[in-house]
Order: sequence, then C-alpha cells, then structure tokens
Amino acid sequence: MAWNEPGGNKDKDPWGGGNGKDQGPPDLDEVVRKVQDKLSSMLGGRKSGGGGNVSSIGGSGSSKGPIGLIIVAAIVWLIFDSLHVIDQAERGVVTRFGAYVATLEPGLNVRMPRPIEYVQRVNIEQVRVAEIGYQGANTELTVLQEALMLTKDEAIVEVKFAIQYKVVDASDYLFSVINPDETLVQAAESAIREIVGKNGTDYVLTEGRSELAQNVRLLVQEIIDRYNTGLIVLDANMQDAQPPEQVQAAFDDAIKSREDQERFINEAQAYSNDILPKARGQAARQIEEANGYKARVVAQAEGESDRFTKVLREYERAPEVTRERLYIEAIETVLSNSTKIMLDTKGGSNLLYLPLDRLIDRSGASSSRGASPVPSQINVPSSGSRETLRDNSRSRGVR
Amino acid sequence: MDRRMLPIVLVVVILVLLSQSVFTVSETEKAVRFRLGEIVDTDYNPGLHFKLPFVNNIRKFDSRIITLDATPEEFLTAEKKNLVVDSFVKWRINEVSNFYTSTGGSISTANLRLSQIIKETLKGEFGRRTIKEVVSGERRNVMDNLTKKTNLQAAKFGIQVVDVRLKRIDLSDKISDSVFQRMESERSRIAKDFRSKGAEAAERIRADADRQREIIKAEAYRDAERIRGDGDAKASELYANAYSANEEFYSLYRSLNAYKSTFSDKGDILVIDPSADFFKYFGQSTPR
Repeated sequence: MAWNEPGGNKDKDPWGGGNGKDQGPPDLDEVVRKVQDKLSSMLGGRKSGGGGNVSSIGGSGSSKGPIGLIIVAAIVWLIFDSLHVIDQAERGVVTRFGAYVATLEPGLNVRMPRPIEYVQRVNIEQVRVAEIGYQGANTELTVLQEALMLTKDEAIVEVKFAIQYKVVDASDYLFSVINPDETLVQAAESAIREIVGKNGTDYVLTEGRSELAQNVRLLVQEIIDRYNTGLIVLDANMQDAQPPEQVQAAFDDAIKSREDQERFINEAQAYSNDILPKARGQAARQIEEANGYKARVVAQAEGESDRFTKVLREYERAPEVTRERLYIEAIETVLSNSTKIMLDTKGGSNLLYLPLDRLIDRSGASSSRGASPVPSQINVPSSGSRETLRDNSRSRGVR
Repeated sequence: MDRRMLPIVLVVVILVLLSQSVFTVSETEKAVRFRLGEIVDTDYNPGLHFKLPFVNNIRKFDSRIITLDATPEEFLTAEKKNLVVDSFVKWRINEVSNFYTSTGGSISTANLRLSQIIKETLKGEFGRRTIKEVVSGERRNVMDNLTKKTNLQAAKFGIQVVDVRLKRIDLSDKISDSVFQRMESERSRIAKDFRSKGAEAAERIRADADRQREIIKAEAYRDAERIRGDGDAKASELYANAYSANEEFYSLYRSLNAYKSTFSDKGDILVIDPSADFFKYFGQSTPR
C-alpha cells in the first residue's frame, strides 16, 4: 500500500492507526484527540529512548490547539484531494509518481492524494478549431502569411481552412508532444500547402474544393498520428479559396467572360429565333399569294374565254348584225362615260382654241353628270389648225 | 543543544536523507543518474526510483516531441530562383547521455544545431530541384529526404528526428510580383478566349440564321413564281383555245372591250370627228 511507501509514511501512519481502533464513524474532536495522543505518545516513546520526558508536549495545554487544527486541516485536505468528480466531457489521467496508471471515466473517482497520485483532466468532447489563414469567426481577418500559397502551376492562391479536431486519447495528448494543439496547426499548415501544391489553380479555386478538404483531413491525421498527439481530426473545411487581392479583378473578369460567352451565344440564338420564323411566315405568305394569283388568273381566263366562246357562238349565227351591235354598244359606252368634244372640221374656221387643261380641271371637279357635254365657252374659231386637230381626234378618239 | 530537540533533528535528518534517496520520473521525462558527475544510468521508466543520497545526481530531460520552428530562409532552386522556405522539425531526445554530453542538456542549443543541419540539407535538396518539383511533384520526397538526412546527422546529438516538414514555400517578393502579373495575363488570356469564342459562336449562329432566311426567301420566291407561271400558262391556254376559234372576231371583241375599259372616266376627253362610222346617221338617216 501507498501508506507504507517511502516519503509518505510519516504523516499517514497515525491516522491509519486511529481509524483501525474506531469502528464507527469517529467524532472529529475525538479523532483529533486520539491523533494527538498517538502523536505525543510516539514522540514520547522516542524521547524515552533518549532519556524520556513524556509530558513535555502532551502536557502543555497551549500547544494542543494549533497542532490539532493543523492535523485536522491536513486530514480534510487529504480526503478532498482523494475524491475526483470527472465531468461527462472529461477524462482524468492519473499518474503515480509520474508514471501513468489509469484514465478516469466520468463520475466520482477515489484516488490517492497528492503527492502520490496526480489527476490531470482533459476535455475530450470539446470540438477544437484550428484556423489556418484567418482569425476570428467570420474569416475576415486574413493572415496572409498562412493563407497565401503556391499551386502546381506556380500561381498564388489564398486559402483559408478550419480544422475541427478533438482529443481522443487523453494520455497521449498529455505525454507525447509539447503543445499538441500547436503541433496540429503546424501539421495542418504543412498539409494544406502540400495538397494545394499538388493541384492546379482552377482546381483549387473551383471544382476541387471538397476533394481538397477531404485530402487535407486525411493528411493532417496522418501527420499528427506520427507524433502520437492523441488528437483526431473531425473535419477540414475550406472556408475560402480565392485568388490574391492583387489579381482578383482579373479573375473576376475571367469569370465574367465565361458569362459573356454564354450571353453572346444566347443573343445570337435569340436573333436566329427572331428572324427564321418570320422568314418562314413570309415564305408561306408568298406561296399563298402565288396560289391566289394562280387561282385568280385561271378563273379569269376561264371566265373570259367562256364568255368569248358564248358571244362567238351568237356572232357566228348572224355575223353582220352582231358585229354592228357590238361596235355601237361599245362606242356608246365609251362616249357616255367620257367627256367628248365633237368638231365638225368641215366648217372651215382656221383657228380652234381648245383649253384642254381647263376642261380636264372642270371634268375632274364636277361630279354631276348634268354638266353639258358640249361646253358653252368653247367657241369655234375659224379653222387654221383644223387639219392637226382632226388628226388628233382621230388618233385619240374613234378609230 | 537542547536534548529535547534531538528527536526533531533526527526526524529532519531522516526526511532529508529520504528525499535525497528517492526521485520520480514523469511520463514526459527522461532521467539520467550521475555518480559524482559520471553518468551511470539513463534507463528509467516513469515512476518512483531510488538513488544514493549526495553521491548520485539526477537530471531530467523532456521526453516529449519538441518542435523546432525554423525561421524562414531563402534558398535557390535549380533554376536560380529564390524561394522563401518555412519548415518545422519534430524531434525528441533519444539517447539522453549523448544528448547531455553534446548539448549540455540545453534544448535551445540542440535547436540551434538542428537548424544548422536543416538549413544545409534544405539548401542541398532545393538546389537540385526546380520550383515545380519542390512545390508539387517531389514535395514529399524532399521532406522524406530531409527527415532521413537530418536524422543521420542528429543522431550524434542523441536526437531522433521524427519529422521534418515544409510549411511555406513562397516566392520572394520580387518574383511574387511577376507571378501576379503572369496570373493576370493568364486570366486575361482566358477571358479573351471565352469572349472571342462566344463572339465566334454568336457570329456563326447569326450567319447561319441569315443564310437560312435567304434560302427560305429564295425558295419561297421560286415556288411562288412557279405557281404564278402555272397559273399564267393555264390562263394562256384557256385564252388561246377560246380565241383561236375565230381570230378576226376576237380582234374586234377584244378591241371593243379595250376601248370600254380605256375610256371609262369623265376625265378622258375625246375630240371626235363626226365622220366616224359611229356617226354615220348623225347628220342624215341614210348611210353616207
């Protein structure tokens, strides 16, 4: 037992002896008194070997109070130091004289007091976060030294990672590495750069994000396992991956250009979609119009030729009369529908003045049919240009 | 001396002797036992141990993994470009006696020695490789080599190098600027490529649409003319069939119809000579 181990026996033997005598729970005063008695008798016993004055300490009433108090305090302290309530999220790592002996589970645990056994608590549930490339919750504060890194194509990108991890082995966490948390940060920094360095800029910035994060998680775990940190990487999140500030505009423009390409094509397609149906519509209209034309001219031809054939049939029965009738009817229609001026040129006046322009104006203006067929203002002067007029009338009028 | 004090003195003496004859070794420590300055034992497990008081001395060293976070240094690559390299070394004390004799037991001295070794090794490794190899292809190789070589050299200090890892490999500022310029030109190349490809595709689509439109129009015209021609031909045939029955009468009939349709408006002014056939009864009842 620990009581008998060297270094601790002096203080604990008396208490152990007292406990052995009293079977029931001891009254505190009684315990103190007994311990005092024991102590004084022990000291006295040793003293008696050297000459013996038993009452030298025990007899003096003044020294009884302080010593008793000290001893009571020591006992209380020992009891409290032996009890360890381990929280649900914690584990207690017990070392005895420096050597690891046990890991305490949550609940009440009784261990030997210091300086024999020490209990160190480690929170193993708490998810810790290592921020690489930034500081603070909203990734705004960029730590450029950490965030800027080279890609495979020797371009520089800005990458921010959050590594979530927790303690999985409390004793490893305490004993293996000086400052395990910082070790994880270093491992993460190294791993991120290694992974990013293996990949091209576009891959890092766009499609490769989730795969990169996955690889980083595995690599960080691999590295810290080499050091037995007792940590486990839960997740690696790429918070941000973007080109550095200096070239951000160019990158934005490149992304915009992709949109522009789409836009150009869409616009052209819209143009195509606009004009082609219209052209087809127009074509259909042209065809329909032509069909209409065809139907019209054929029908007209049929009508006219049928009419002619019918008239011809009648004409052939009585050619002379029909010819005369048709002629007279036609001239009648012509003359009744137009303005006419009859000139009897045989009258012999030399100069004839015909204000044709006024005649045209008048006939155009007056819509009444009652206008006199032979205008009164036309005087018939003596003929001078008679021959000419006659020629005219012949060529234009009746032939 | 008071005789009463003798027991107390005795107790104190015993306590001192006991405290001088036991020592603890923690999980995080390695201990060395000296006998009058001479190392006699280094193999201690964690726990409680004994020694001879006053004759034996104990020194303890950290047995955990220690980090050497070297300051960033510039190295030249094979293509004579400057790289700023930041690395860290994870090491632990392996042989305590060796460590004690070679470094005096000081971790900072050990770190100094190690950083010199690392620097030399890094120089060698980087000088043989291009930036691309260091950054991407052979990064792991470089680190493995570094670990191996450093380990060999550090062994004489009683140090075991667990791992040498490259953290940052950055271009020096001057090169960084030109890298940014290159990145910019790369992006603008991509941007131009996208835009002009878009313009190309757009132009093709437009031209194709225009072509289709022209074809549609021309074909429609062609078909329409054919249909019209069909109609005209049919009409001509009909006319010819009818009119060829009596050409002379057709001439009269058609002429008369033409007169009627030609002079159908009051605006048409006819100056008529009464000697026309129409007026043969105009002045007399018997034909002239």
